[in-house]
Amino acid sequence: MKHDMSQYPLKLEGDKVPMVRFQNVTKKYGELTVLDGLNLDVTEGEMVTIIGPSGSGKTTVLRMLMTLETIDSGVIYVDGEPLTHMVKNGRLVRANAAHQRQMRAKIGMCFQHFNLFPHMTALANCMEGPVHVLGLSKEEARERALELLDMVGMADKRDQHPSRLSGGQQQRVAIARALAMRPKVMLFDEVTSALDPEVISEVTSVIRSLVDQHNLTMLMVTHQIGFAREISDRVCFFFRGKIEEQGAPEILLEAPQKERTQQFLSAVMNAN
Amino acid sequence: MLDWKLDFTWEILPRLIAAAGNTMLAAGGGYVVAVILGLVFALAQRTPSRTLTFVVRELVEFVRSTPLLLQIFFIYYVGPQFGLRLSPWTAGLIAIGLHYAAYLSEVYRGGIENVPKGQWEAARAINLSTSQTYRRIIIPQALPPALAGMGNYLVGILKDTPMLSVIGVAELMHTANSIGADNFRYLEPYTLVGLIFLAISLPTAWFIRRFDKALRRKMGLTR
Repeated sequence: MKHDMSQYPLKLEGDKVPMVRFQNVTKKYGELTVLDGLNLDVTEGEMVTIIGPSGSGKTTVLRMLMTLETIDSGVIYVDGEPLTHMVKNGRLVRANAAHQRQMRAKIGMCFQHFNLFPHMTALANCMEGPVHVLGLSKEEARERALELLDMVGMADKRDQHPSRLSGGQQQRVAIARALAMRPKVMLFDEVTSALDPEVISEVTSVIRSLVDQHNLTMLMVTHQIGFAREISDRVCFFFRGKIEEQGAPEILLEAPQKERTQQFLSAVMNAN
Repeated sequence: MLDWKLDFTWEILPRLIAAAGNTMLAAGGGYVVAVILGLVFALAQRTPSRTLTFVVRELVEFVRSTPLLLQIFFIYYVGPQFGLRLSPWTAGLIAIGLHYAAYLSEVYRGGIENVPKGQWEAARAINLSTSQTYRRIIIPQALPPALAGMGNYLVGILKDTPMLSVIGVAELMHTANSIGADNFRYLEPYTLVGLIFLAISLPTAWFIRRFDKALRRKMGLTR
């Protein structure tokens, strides 16, 4: 079935353009529908947390934004421009590698397993992108990296390789590495799930300070309901590839309307 | 009865040592060809082009499943029929380089496939290009685990250089053969050839182990 592309604008215009828009986005793995016609707008500076049972498609949302996954139908817009598509001869066509690379510059991501480059020191990890992608001089990149490592409390470990750092320390370096690219949108994919309980607060306090001090747009997938409640502007509960329910954290998490949301939250609360 | 002639030994030793230089040259030259061509083979099999992947895959399989000796003969004796007239040295280096490139490409492939998927994703998240990702992130991590295998093939290529004697490359084996034929004595030349090979390959293997360790330490891959 040919998907009708005329419903999607070439560009988002107006005074209230969302930083991120998912418009009718569907993703399938074979027979399995991971995302089913997802619509989601995230405004600039907003912190949106995605919760839901595993397999509900929440991580896929972030991976698509980072262009680590393709989509089957629909369009994703970032900063008003299409990310998954590009305009050619006045029509939306699939984005080519060059367009994706250009759009990717607006997005940064932190992963569950940090994924630091093991053959580079903490400092070199944070300088890699600024030097080789943004074209900064070594001095400029070093200054920027040191500032960020200082912000995440890792300046004294700048010359250590990742194998010498704890999980919490590695994740903080990974946050600095992503921020060094000056993204407009930051994605946090279960960034505390692989950490020992006693170091989780190292990472959450860094994210909290980002929320307080920067006008970054953030999407976070997490299982830490308490943390989500504390820092989010909005919480989305995903179920079977759709947003089952969403709202301000104190409303969604305290007084969910849908039965699925209630079941999920009580299961999570009992587990904690 | 062991009848070792010491004066004969001293007489032929300089010639054999000179020929050992050629052996090392052949091994070294062939290895350089193999290291570079092997990487090309490995990367060619990872491009999006299915045709290229298929052709290179089959070429590698073909080279690996036919004898080196046949490949040497083929390039040297059959090449001229296709207008490819090569000196014994050139033909020999191409044959041995191509043969070991096929093996090394598998070593590289294993090394590259061992780099976790998360490294590719992190490289993409900071927007490195594909070639930057290979050069700066993937190959530096694929290399240390591949180094042991690469070292084995360096010793392997050294031990296979005597095959080049069949097309007249004046390496160790070729020289020992002609000494034997001239003097009707084979004990001393062949024994010396064996000893010289040992004297080259043992330090090489030792050096590779040292280099491997030093590299891992430098890259922070071991604690």
